[in-house]
Amino acid sequence: MAQVSLEAVRKVYPNGFEAVKPTGFHIPDGEFTVLVGPSGCGKSTLLRMIAGLEEITEGVLRIGDREVNDVDPADRDIAMVFQNYALYPHMTVRKNIAYGLKNRKIASAEIDRKVAEASDLLGLDEYLDRKPSQLSGGQRQRVAMGRAIVRDPALFLFDEPLSNLDAKLRNQMRIEIKALQRRLGVTSIYVTHDQVEAMTMADRIIVMNGGRVEQIGTPAQVYHAPASTFVASFMGAPPMNLVPAEASAGSVRFGQTEIAADSAATGPVTLGIRPEDLIPDAAGPLAMHVDIIEELGAHRLLHGSIGTERMTVHVGKDTDVGTGQVPLSVKAGAVSLFDARTGMRL
Amino acid sequence: MTEANAAALAAATVKPRRRRRRIRGGDVLDHLVLIVGSLFMLVPLLVVFQMTTVPDVEMIRTGPSLQIGDQLDENFDKAMFEASGFSGQNTGTRMLVNSFILGIGFALGKILIGMMAAYAIVYFRLRFATLAFWVIFTTLLLPLEVRILPSYEVVQKLGMLNTYQGLIIPLIASATATFFFRQFFRSVPEELVEAARIDGAGPVKFFVDILVPLSKTMIAAMFIIMFVFGWNQYLWPTMVTTEEDMFTLVRGIKQITQTLEGTNVPEFGRANLLALIAVLPPVAVVIFFQSWFVKGLTESDK
Repeated sequence: MAQVSLEAVRKVYPNGFEAVKPTGFHIPDGEFTVLVGPSGCGKSTLLRMIAGLEEITEGVLRIGDREVNDVDPADRDIAMVFQNYALYPHMTVRKNIAYGLKNRKIASAEIDRKVAEASDLLGLDEYLDRKPSQLSGGQRQRVAMGRAIVRDPALFLFDEPLSNLDAKLRNQMRIEIKALQRRLGVTSIYVTHDQVEAMTMADRIIVMNGGRVEQIGTPAQVYHAPASTFVASFMGAPPMNLVPAEASAGSVRFGQTEIAADSAATGPVTLGIRPEDLIPDAAGPLAMHVDIIEELGAHRLLHGSIGTERMTVHVGKDTDVGTGQVPLSVKAGAVSLFDARTGMRL
Repeated sequence: MTEANAAALAAATVKPRRRRRRIRGGDVLDHLVLIVGSLFMLVPLLVVFQMTTVPDVEMIRTGPSLQIGDQLDENFDKAMFEASGFSGQNTGTRMLVNSFILGIGFALGKILIGMMAAYAIVYFRLRFATLAFWVIFTTLLLPLEVRILPSYEVVQKLGMLNTYQGLIIPLIASATATFFFRQFFRSVPEELVEAARIDGAGPVKFFVDILVPLSKTMIAAMFIIMFVFGWNQYLWPTMVTTEEDMFTLVRGIKQITQTLEGTNVPEFGRANLLALIAVLPPVAVVIFFQSWFVKGLTESDK
């Protein structure tokens, strides 16, 4: 178990591309941290630097109390689960799991015991003598997990481990990984581009964009108080409605409607409202023209426009709505204001 | 063999639905082409075989015929155990052993050198790695025949004439094997290397524990090609081996055909039998490794 801290860590590739701008954060012992962002945002590069697979151009990386900038991946006391599992195809499951231990010259009785323990934990007992090619995607994923946990590492690193699985299995494995991490209490860093995975698994989310950290916070913080319009539109499906508006101390004017806002900002702003914070209300001040209703079973999404701005509204399955004009009200205190120019939260 | 299999299979499928089965004109034509083709390849071999079964005198009297004689045993004894030179050491068995040493040493040496060169080029951040590769590649344009005099001189100065290392080592640097292994290594997923690094496998361990077993089928394919290539080497063995106990089959046969001159009855049976024996190992290697080769193509193991 270990904490991880980064101080002004930066990555510049030989071709001059700055994949990660100077970034610093601290991950406490035992926390499950998810690095999330669109592809090319530098999250994988950051993870690979922590793993030691990429060199750190500048800055300091500590795992535990040790500076590990120049430590070999094998000596960083980490384990990594890869997107394509990266199992050794010619070895049986047992050998795959044991390989790292064997390289560390651990006694074979001890290896057997650890492999048995891991396979028991992951339900791999009956597959131990099979080759990876004879396993399904989910089973391979478990073997990759097994390879990581037998080592008793101080830190788990996950590089989009679920993106090769089908949707149903992904949900299941998501819960399994989270439960396993809870049980083992190992500090973990998990990279994904899927905001649902980030929200559901993380203790803390680090949202990245363009090589920069946009926001660090718990899933609730990131969802309810996004630090920028980027976070607001990236986290949450459907994303937050973002519309231009005019703020004057204590309220914000959107079209013809005045909405109370807990902010001292004045002038042009971007107004953000989560789809579920817009409520169909006969007496509501906003008039939305609904074009399409997306039926999702447990709830519905209304797509339409207020004035010229596209909006999405999230309603429960029992709400009786149709296309056409729908009056809406805004849930009190549920608006976010962003600087119209920089996109930062006000 | 496949034809026989196909026939057996056809026979098996014919039985339950004899009525529906009809022979189409296209099938007949296909088989005709195949049969003519296989006869074209096989008949010369059969003629050679026929010549090994009759007494040499008979050969001179009647020439090749279709009659199988009873001299096979005797010719086999002569071919394998009777020396043909002055020293009495180049029996067929001796030449066969030499050929095997050359073929296997040549193939394994080429595979080993090629794999290691490709490993260095693909996995290590070398300055000028690409340049190094292309330099290796251009040596394809400089086969042994081009550099045979300097090679001979080097081997001679190193005192390796009439030794197995002299026979093998100058031939084993291989651009072909390097090229194929390079292509193969580049197709091995990057993540496997990274996983191995995290698992604490250093460069040598990664090579031995992971890359070599992954390359099994590739190694088999290379072995087929290189063994046959090494087995059939003629010019180089002729140059570096002057002592008869170092002769390989391919060059030894020539020596027997040389003794056909003079007033003796030429030893047709013996020479032809040796020729047949020389053909067998490459054929066996191809047949044996072929199943591996096909497995490598169909069973994606990566």
